[in-house]
Parts: sequence; C-alpha cells; structure tokens
Amino acid sequence: MTVLVHQLRFEQMTFWRSREAAVFIFVFPLLLYALLGSVYGDEIDGIPAEDVLLVGLFGYGAATTAFGGLAITLVIRREAGALKRLRATPLPPPVYLLAVLLSTLTTFALQSVALLALGGLGFGASMPRNWLGFAGAVVLGVASFAGLGFGAASLIRSAEGVSAVVNVVILPMAFLSGSFGPTTDFPAALQAIADVLPLTYFLDIVYGVYLGGDSLSADPKALAIVIAWGLAGLVVALRRFGWTPRER
Amino acid sequence: MAPAIVVSDLRKSYGRIEALRGISFEVAVGEVFGLLGPNGAGKTTTVEILEGYRARDGGTASVLGHDPGTSPKALRERIGVVLQQSEPSPLLTVRETHRLFAGYYSSPRDVDEVIALVGLTEKRDARVKSLSGGQKRRLDLGVALVGNPELVFLDEPTTGFDPAARRAAWNMIRALRSLGTTILLTTHYLDEAQQLADRVAVLRDGEIVREGTPSELIGDSGVTQIRYRRDGESVVVETTEPTRALSELTTAALDAGHELEHLEVRRPTLEDVYLELVGEEPETLE
Repeated sequence: MTVLVHQLRFEQMTFWRSREAAVFIFVFPLLLYALLGSVYGDEIDGIPAEDVLLVGLFGYGAATTAFGGLAITLVIRREAGALKRLRATPLPPPVYLLAVLLSTLTTFALQSVALLALGGLGFGASMPRNWLGFAGAVVLGVASFAGLGFGAASLIRSAEGVSAVVNVVILPMAFLSGSFGPTTDFPAALQAIADVLPLTYFLDIVYGVYLGGDSLSADPKALAIVIAWGLAGLVVALRRFGWTPRER
Repeated sequence: MAPAIVVSDLRKSYGRIEALRGISFEVAVGEVFGLLGPNGAGKTTTVEILEGYRARDGGTASVLGHDPGTSPKALRERIGVVLQQSEPSPLLTVRETHRLFAGYYSSPRDVDEVIALVGLTEKRDARVKSLSGGQKRRLDLGVALVGNPELVFLDEPTTGFDPAARRAAWNMIRALRSLGTTILLTTHYLDEAQQLADRVAVLRDGEIVREGTPSELIGDSGVTQIRYRRDGESVVVETTEPTRALSELTTAALDAGHELEHLEVRRPTLEDVYLELVGEEPETLE
C-alpha cells in the first residue's frame, strides 16, 4: 500500500513535469472545447451545443488520457529499458501497473473537473444531472481506454512512432464518434464504422448520465460494448505485453 | 559461509544457437568475480539468468540461496543491478530518482550517502536528462546500491567511458568491495578485469575456457619475454629461464661493449593470455 502511494506520487510528478504530455493530454481537450464551443451556435440536434461538446470532449479526453497517455508512457519506458530495470527491484509488477493506472485516473479526474469548470463558467454549459453516474463515467472511461492502451503498448514497437500511431487512432475515432460535433449527416459507411467504436458507446452513456440523469447502466448494451473493448485490449496485453525493449 | 552464487552446468539456447554450453562457477561472499569475454561469448546471458530476467534451459543456479529462475521478491530485495542499457525517467532529479528506488526496498541505504558514494553530490538536484553519459552510468550504479544489496551485478559498467571516468568508476567499485559487497562483473576490457576482479572466468562461445585469479591466469604461461633493439631491429627472446637468459645477453653485450637498446623484460599480460584463449581471429573478437 505504502509503495503504491509512493509510486503514484512519482508518476504524477513525472506527468506534470513533462510539458509535452501535459499539453497533449491535459490541455488539448480543453482547448478544443473552447475552440469548438466558439464555433458551434446554440444547438446541435436540439441540445445546447455547449453540453454536446462537453460530453464529446470528455470522451475525447478519456481516450487521449487513458489510451494515448498510457500507450505512450509504457512504450517509451519499455524501450528505454526502464521497465526492465524495475523488474529487478522488489516492486511487484501489479503494484507498478496499478500505480500507473491510478495516476491516469487522477489526471483524467482533474481534467473532467477542469472541463466542467470551463464549460460551466465560460460557456454556460449545464452540470451533470447525475453526479455519481458522471464520476462513474470517469472511472469507466479510464478503465476501458486503459485496457486498450495496455493492448496498444503491447503491439507498438517503437518509442519514436508511438505518438503518431496513437493520434492516428484517436483523432479519426473521436471525429467519427461525434466528439467534435454532430455525425447525423455522415455517410452511411462512416456511420457504420462509428457503430463499432468504443467511444461512440461511451459517449452515449455519458449523454445519459450527464443530460438525462440516467444511471451508468441505463443502456446495458452500450456499457457491455465499452467494457468488452477494454477487456479485448487487456487480453492482447496479457498475451503480448513485454517488459524488455523490443527494438535492437 | 555458503557462496553467494553457485552455477552448475548452466545451459541456454536461442533457437539453434547455443549461447551457454554448460558453464559452472562459484562466487564467494565478498568477492569481485569477473566474467570476461568477447561480445557474444555469453556474458550477458549468464548475468541475465542470474538476475532473473531469462529462464535457463538446463543446469542449476543459486543466487544468495534462491533459485533466480523464480525471481522471488526476497531475492530482489538483496541484489542490485546495473543493466547495459536502461534510462530512468529524464524528468526526475538525481536525488528523486534515488528516493524513488529507495522506496521499493525494505531497508534502503541513506539516499545522500549513496549519491556521495557515486560522486553525484554536486548534481543532486539536476534533472537526469541534463547528465552526461558517464554521470548517467553513475546514477545507474547509485540506484543499484540504494537498496543496500549484498550482491551487485554490473554488466559492462564502463563501456563507452573515457579513461578518467573509467578510473573513477573503478575506484567506486573498489569502495563498494571494501564495504563487503559481492560483485559479479562482466567486461570485455582485460585491464578492467585485472584491476578489479579477485577471480576471472574467461568465456568463449558459451564455455568457460579458463578460470582463476588474474595472476594465476598469467602464471599459467611460464614464458617471459626479453625485448631489445639491435641495429634498429626489434629482437624478442622468449624464455622460461629469464635470469639465465638475461645474464647471458647482458654479459655478451658488455663484452662486446655495446648497449642493449630499449631493453625490456616483461611477463605476459592478461591480455596476451586472453588473446591466446579466445583466439585472435577478428570474428571471435567482434
């Protein structure tokens, strides 16, 4: 327990010191919200635009923080030999991974608060109807996208390429799932792709708790799909994750 | 006292390549043991099996009484590791990095003491990314020592160092030895093994071809060389009776009234023995 807190402290310290990561992961979703919030008029599909975009960028933030951030951190550390070095210490690997996960959760929780503050104070967005459900959505988002992040980290070989790969996945996914605005006018082919993406269903769940005051499990199918994606990533990680550098 | 490391008939293959063909050695507590050999001889494979990174294919290994194959936490508490390549977080300071690792062990050394031991006190509050290559290696060593290990594995600890940095590293390793720490060291530098190791095993193609103290290895060769120059030509006399040979040479020279220019009497160095053992062909040295 003590060592978990110890590791978590250093994870957070490292994260906030890395300006690139802090900007890309923490600031970027807030910036996009401010930009898109200024562009879209009053309503999207009959719902206030500032609320739709808040949900959208909350989902984008979950994907960036948990999927992107985790994959980048783990691949860079693995290729630098830092993960291998850790294996020779008494720190149990599950404790290490849990600390990395909790650090990600901490970052995303802070980001969610910042997003609500920005939306509420800057754009008059409404506050979650179901606060507990919204808090649950923070945990669900991190858990599911972290599973995918672990999976991606197991498949990506190079530390140089990992940011690019991660962005090539996240940006189109966020666009297709509706993080950046309405998708109702999208061609059927793009909507078909969106229909399998985890972010699409995650956003559905967040709409429910945030605007409708629903519980987290109000849409069991969406919840099941989001969890299934996370588990799929975890299965890949369990089969393929390594602690030693892949390159060389 | 039971030896710190006992290895018997250790075997490891990568596909069809036999990296270790049944090696055996023991390292006593408090001893500095050097694994010497060219690249690809099996040094790192041996060390990584003992550190718990790699599974062995055959033979037995015992490290501080534990089987490293299961890499138990109790063993990881008691060993320190310097890998050939590992970069800790560039964003933490030297002191923070030591504190991070100290937190993993149940009875760590004092962080500032360790930093002083590896000579990084002046760089204590510098971020790791601002350190030079040599300073980063010292950080690796400090981090390996911070858990207060009884046994330290150093895999090519001075590769890429300039001569001054190498001397400094040697002094650190000697200081460590004087604290009673057992050290297993791999190197392809002969002078390093000669300077630091109490005993050396020479590895070649996955086999130990010679083992003993550096002076024993040299002593295996009974030959002494006498070199001098005559008319600008270098002359080398190899003899097993250096006293007689030298006396004859000098007497003859005195009688003839000329000087033995550049006169030199030398025992073979470890390098001579080593090159003889591993073969001088460039491909085995590479």
